[in-house]
Amino acid sequence: MSALLEVEDVSRRFGGVQAVRALSFSLAEGSILGLIGPNGAGKSTVFNLIDGVIAPDQGKISFQGADITAQPPYRIARLGLARTHQIVQPFMTMSVLENCTVGACFGRENLRLEHGRQAAREALLQVGLDDRSEMLASQLTIAGKKRLELARALAARPTLLLLDEVLAGLNATEVEHMIAIIRAIRSRGVSILMIEHLMQAIMTLSDRVVVLASGAKLAEGLPAEVAADPAVIEAYLGDPGLADPRHAGQP
Amino acid sequence: MGILASLFDGVLVGAVYGLAAMGITLIWGVMNVINLTHGTMIVAGMFAVYLLAGAAGVPVYATLPLILIGGFLAGVAMYWIAVHRLVGQPPLMSLLSTFSVNLVLIGLGTVVWGTDLFNVPVSLPGLSLGHYTFPGTHLMAAGLTVAIAAALYVFLNRARIGKAVRAVSGNREAAELVGIPTRRVLALSFGLGVALACVSGMLIATMFPFTVLSGDPYLLKSFVVTVLGGLGNPVGALVAGIALGLLEGLATPFMPVSWTPVIEFVLFVAVLIAFPGGVLGVLGLRGTRPH
Amino acid sequence: MTVLRRPFVWVIGAVLLAFVLVPAYGNNVELRENLLLAALYITLASSLNMILGYAGYVNFGSIVFFGLGGYLCVWLMSAHGWSLFVATLAAGVTVSALALLFGLGILRLRGAYFALATIGVNEAVMAFVANFEPWGGSSGIYLSPELFQPLGGPARALWTIYYLMVGVMGLSLYLSYAVKRSKFGLALRAIGQNEDAAAALGVVTPRYKAAVYSLSAFLPAVAGGLYFFKSAFIQPPDAFDLQLSTEAIVIAMLGGQGTVAGPAIGAFLYEQLRGWLLTSPAFSHFQLVIAGTLLLAIVLFAPGGLMGWLYRRWPGLRRILE
Repeated sequence: MSALLEVEDVSRRFGGVQAVRALSFSLAEGSILGLIGPNGAGKSTVFNLIDGVIAPDQGKISFQGADITAQPPYRIARLGLARTHQIVQPFMTMSVLENCTVGACFGRENLRLEHGRQAAREALLQVGLDDRSEMLASQLTIAGKKRLELARALAARPTLLLLDEVLAGLNATEVEHMIAIIRAIRSRGVSILMIEHLMQAIMTLSDRVVVLASGAKLAEGLPAEVAADPAVIEAYLGDPGLADPRHAGQP
Repeated sequence: MGILASLFDGVLVGAVYGLAAMGITLIWGVMNVINLTHGTMIVAGMFAVYLLAGAAGVPVYATLPLILIGGFLAGVAMYWIAVHRLVGQPPLMSLLSTFSVNLVLIGLGTVVWGTDLFNVPVSLPGLSLGHYTFPGTHLMAAGLTVAIAAALYVFLNRARIGKAVRAVSGNREAAELVGIPTRRVLALSFGLGVALACVSGMLIATMFPFTVLSGDPYLLKSFVVTVLGGLGNPVGALVAGIALGLLEGLATPFMPVSWTPVIEFVLFVAVLIAFPGGVLGVLGLRGTRPH
Repeated sequence: MTVLRRPFVWVIGAVLLAFVLVPAYGNNVELRENLLLAALYITLASSLNMILGYAGYVNFGSIVFFGLGGYLCVWLMSAHGWSLFVATLAAGVTVSALALLFGLGILRLRGAYFALATIGVNEAVMAFVANFEPWGGSSGIYLSPELFQPLGGPARALWTIYYLMVGVMGLSLYLSYAVKRSKFGLALRAIGQNEDAAAALGVVTPRYKAAVYSLSAFLPAVAGGLYFFKSAFIQPPDAFDLQLSTEAIVIAMLGGQGTVAGPAIGAFLYEQLRGWLLTSPAFSHFQLVIAGTLLLAIVLFAPGGLMGWLYRRWPGLRRILE
């Protein structure tokens, strides 16, 4: 399988802080790659670098063989890369359907308005928001807003989906539901790169995992390998926020 | 004046432009609000010195501390009335609210003073070098500007409140978590910004005549200086102000003064497009808030 | 045509009909002049609303389109003998093209920076025109009365111009409406809500912003041509009167920015208020104070304006009026 996304030796600093340090990894087509690490490890920065929100100081990022380093976000979205944000950013005064229609109309397929609405409805169906399509985005619960964020990215029918802590703030039932949705997305052929703190989720969903600490890659491999890696365990020991409450006390 | 004299005078006047710009850049850097009353508050400073020195007979330069305090109080009041509710909302809102306060102020100003020309006569011995005499008022204004700028620098970097201001401008949520009373800091910063505007107006009034509507050209100059010097960077504002003064000094012997707004505007837009972080921002001199 | 099934199109039609028939009945010249100004304000506010209300970008110098359009039209007619219709159209197209070029550069700036740049653009253009001799410099351009002859003489010409202005107003309302319902409008509104999120979803933000800036220039430029031809005289302070820009903003906010009916209703109400203020001896000087206080009150307490308030009370209204 060819690499869909290739991150090569990427670095980025902000003032005095080296947020990302010579990072390299690749994501194979059709797979789910988990990106984990303690708080402040630089995970969201990596997303911002891939997505074009910020440019790396050095290094190269390729998507489907094309160089997307330092390209603006809209160009990258047009190529078929969509992302969700850790802090959800719905278009508050627009309806749920309109929110998704934006995703559908300006993404990879660049659909016309009517077709975009159709694609938007499909995406809403996938995440289970189709019953609230006329509601204003501001009226949704936090869980609803998270699903909207996901639906909006899906509506663009992307090839690669970047999920930034899409499970954060959800209760156990909502987490189960979302995991099922993510599995369904992958089975439709969408590749996924996901940042997540919920260890149980990321270990069950990911095909491979990359561990970041202080901006550099600490480990990479199958979930089981990474979980057993002593360096990884050490990096996490000082971060109680990682514990999945359902598995408290287990490594 | 010869070209050298024109340039030197440009430096003097430019320093005051820098002071004016500090008012805008401080507020902008700290709370991402663009104070569109800025030009009118400069004019308020002009009228303040006119009234205090003229009607009340206060010695001209003694009005400075009074205007500083008055401007500060006016700024704090303005913050609570028009800005407080809108912090955190899209910048469009605070832009419109300060814009509307500005309308009210100009409206009141024109009712009281019309569009007449005013002047603050100051007799101060000038400095004679060769053929040219540099007006004492220009020298005094530049000197006071440097003093105030230095005081501001010390305040922001050494005083506790000053550091609180920088903390809030860097990351408001974090500052709140640490226990800094952010609302009060914002009000203080706004007051300070307006105070700087008023004081710069006072100094300008000692140098040039003015009307109620004189604010606009100085507003434009303040913006030019702000983007040249980098947002939230008072030192940058001073340097950029002097640079602008130099530019004007260079241009005025060759060009009618009515072209100045055109040139300044073109400069403004060109700098914004070429250097989104301000020229000095590119050179690595950071201000209170990198945007 | 499906467009005729939309209720709002009928509303626009009814408004146009009223504007055309009411002053014609009884040949009421005074009313016509009043309504001409109203139509102008509606045009300016509706066009501004596309960039202000939809995309969330404040254009403080929107009057520059009006002034430039006026100058171009008057100059083309007096110096080159072009007919009114061609000259106004040419003015509209030229100003739009200039706005597009300028917009591509200036709209790379984010919200606040852009607003600042527009403050300067009006002053800079006015200073330029005031020094530009071919356009009369600071004295302006006078139009000779002969130019009214092809339109049937001054009296008839004034009526023709009025109908044309009403037509322009109708176009501005329809344009505002059509854009809002289009994919273009969706992109604009996404930009207005959250520009970064819109960009991440693939909206090529600089292109859309420049496009709406250019589009918002067209009808005000045409209106400028009509207005200054009618006045037979144009000079820099009248053409680039920043206060009109300000009033357009107040109107759009008052009526309800982002809605189609809002700026129209706001313009009508404001123009009546202004007329009353100007003739009232007590308040004529307080025009700015009142405008400012009104705007502040709206921004602080009712940012949705009149239509925002109406739509909250009667949501069904939204389906008819937009």
